[in-house]
Amino acid sequence: MDMKPFTQLSSLACPLPLENVDTDQLIPARFMKESRANGYGGFLLYDMRFDSNGSEKDFILNHPDGPTFEILVSRRNFGAGSSREAAVYALVDFGFRCVIAPSFGDIFASNSVNNGLLPALVSEQDCERLLEIMDAEPRQMEVDLSAQTITVASTIVSFEINPTWKLKLLNGWDDIDLTLAETSKIEKFRENYQKHYPWLG
Amino acid sequence: MAGKTLFDKIWQAHEICQNDEGQSLLWVDRHLAHEGSFHAFNKLAERGLSVRHPECTIGIADHYVPTTSRNLIAVQPKIRHVIEQLVENTRKHGIKLIGLDDPRQGIVHVVGPEQGITQPGLLMVCGDSHTSTHGALGALAFGIGASEVAHVLATQTLWQTKPKRMRITINGQLAPGVTAKDIALAWISRLGADGARGYAIEYAGSVIRDLSVEARLTLCNLSIEGGGRCGMIAPDEKTIEYVTGRPYSPRGEALTQATAYWKTLYSDDDAEFDREVILDGEEIAPIVTWGVSPEEALPIDACVPDPSSASSASKSRQIQDSLDYMGLIPGQKLTDITIDRIFIGSCTNARIEDLRAAADVLKGKTCKVPGIVSPGSTVVKAQAEAEGLDQVFLDAGLEWRESGCSMCVAMNGDLVASGERCASTTNRNFKGRQGPGARTHLMSPAMAAAAALTGHLTDIRDLLG
Ligand code: SF4
Repeated sequence: MDMKPFTQLSSLACPLPLENVDTDQLIPARFMKESRANGYGGFLLYDMRFDSNGSEKDFILNHPDGPTFEILVSRRNFGAGSSREAAVYALVDFGFRCVIAPSFGDIFASNSVNNGLLPALVSEQDCERLLEIMDAEPRQMEVDLSAQTITVASTIVSFEINPTWKLKLLNGWDDIDLTLAETSKIEKFRENYQKHYPWLG
Repeated sequence: MAGKTLFDKIWQAHEICQNDEGQSLLWVDRHLAHEGSFHAFNKLAERGLSVRHPECTIGIADHYVPTTSRNLIAVQPKIRHVIEQLVENTRKHGIKLIGLDDPRQGIVHVVGPEQGITQPGLLMVCGDSHTSTHGALGALAFGIGASEVAHVLATQTLWQTKPKRMRITINGQLAPGVTAKDIALAWISRLGADGARGYAIEYAGSVIRDLSVEARLTLCNLSIEGGGRCGMIAPDEKTIEYVTGRPYSPRGEALTQATAYWKTLYSDDDAEFDREVILDGEEIAPIVTWGVSPEEALPIDACVPDPSSASSASKSRQIQDSLDYMGLIPGQKLTDITIDRIFIGSCTNARIEDLRAAADVLKGKTCKVPGIVSPGSTVVKAQAEAEGLDQVFLDAGLEWRESGCSMCVAMNGDLVASGERCASTTNRNFKGRQGPGARTHLMSPAMAAAAALTGHLTDIRDLLG
């Protein structure tokens, strides 16, 4: 059940120069009862994309090239709030494979990695540089996970990623398989644990 | 060697092994599953995996349940389906369920402590960010996503990178009218909604020791709103008294053993924290949010911020964006903001003490605006009714509902209409959180009740004695 490995990405990047784009905005709660079978891409940032009649607003994701965007650049505290993995499903099903921001909600970041979406952590200054170069328009961008770099025009900035997450993304590994291989260690731990904390048995 | 923090002690007790990059595989004592877990169960089904330890998971219906009745007759088919999936998935895997019609039903983070499922020293997870709540009893508890829920179901373990440790110490005493909700909004507005990102928080100091267990649950609940991985409070006599005698709590000899262990769960005097934050209890005022992030909060006697006096252009744009959404004018007094309705509920502020505090303000009075009161659990509801609080709310003109997440997240159809302004005891003032276009102001239960009486945001201190 491995995921598609992530090595390098070259795509149009979409600027979303907002702080605190929380998971309630990424996918409003009313869509979460839907089955994933038809994809969640249509729900991504729904209330920013559509008005109350369902007509498209003037918003960057409605850009004619929107369906080809694979990289999103946003401001601090991206993906804060609710642990809903549906927020990541919406991004991934829309086509995104990388989000660049100066900080991410912790749960969002690990959900991303579990779905092959790279949360690339940049400094506040570098984030502002990228947004300035993009100047509110989609721009061609390169992301190299091994080198941990982002390239736009002639500017290169580096990003941070937890080393385990990097390995997982590079190899497309899935945690459950890795853990099931440790079953005997887990069983041994459990035996010992139950002796120590008998009231939990 | 430096001493250990409360967090380190519990982490170590659950660490099975580490990988080459330093991530730890942790044993999970208890997992709570709500209706949203269907993605995780689907994942298991796709891979043909079974639940490794069904006895370690408890299902609880809360996010989608109706609050007008205890059956699914009038419920929209898609919502009904989500609730039924929880019933099916728990039955299929032999997991205990506290379902819609169960007298113990309620919001996961209210039911856990109430039933004694939450205990000091446990490692607990749930596919919900407010799992930080359970840390109030000295558990290590945090929210996880659906893939991680599937991992817990399949293995009863979880890979985690050890967070850094932060201690938030609150010295002195709280002034009258100031609650745990205000403490949380105070630190979050100071440090930012990502201020504790990457940290496990321990709350300490005289103010924390003086808080009731229920107030501690409110404080730890909101840890995630400041970005914290979890929030914890060292168990003390109050905690042990609270946990003792609940349905899932240990009894007899087991309780003696457990208590002896619980008493070892505190940060050693020489334990080191990566960050220390110290607040003065006396300086915390009743706080309300004015914007669309919990960090956008101010003391109730302040004014709506002015984007033109912001420290940077980006900050200024951010404030303007929040004001546009919230329909507010710079410089306007917060107490001049009129509201359309109130909501008293959620895992943050719908325990019995919260309902008592709101009822105290409302007793014998009439609200100027409508509102809903949804108790945190069916047990809380019964207790409130035994105390006559339901009648206080009804007499004041509010609706007395069944328990569930309700208008905190608007998944069950209880929502604030577009453009309407709601004084809410919940935890998130995000855009659209209580319904598309809904405007939310977060505050304590007594402050929400006061706003209902006057029809505008109100300083609870003006109503005190
Ligand atoms: S009450 Fe609100 S915050 Fe709490 S678990 Fe339910 S939806 Fe989440």
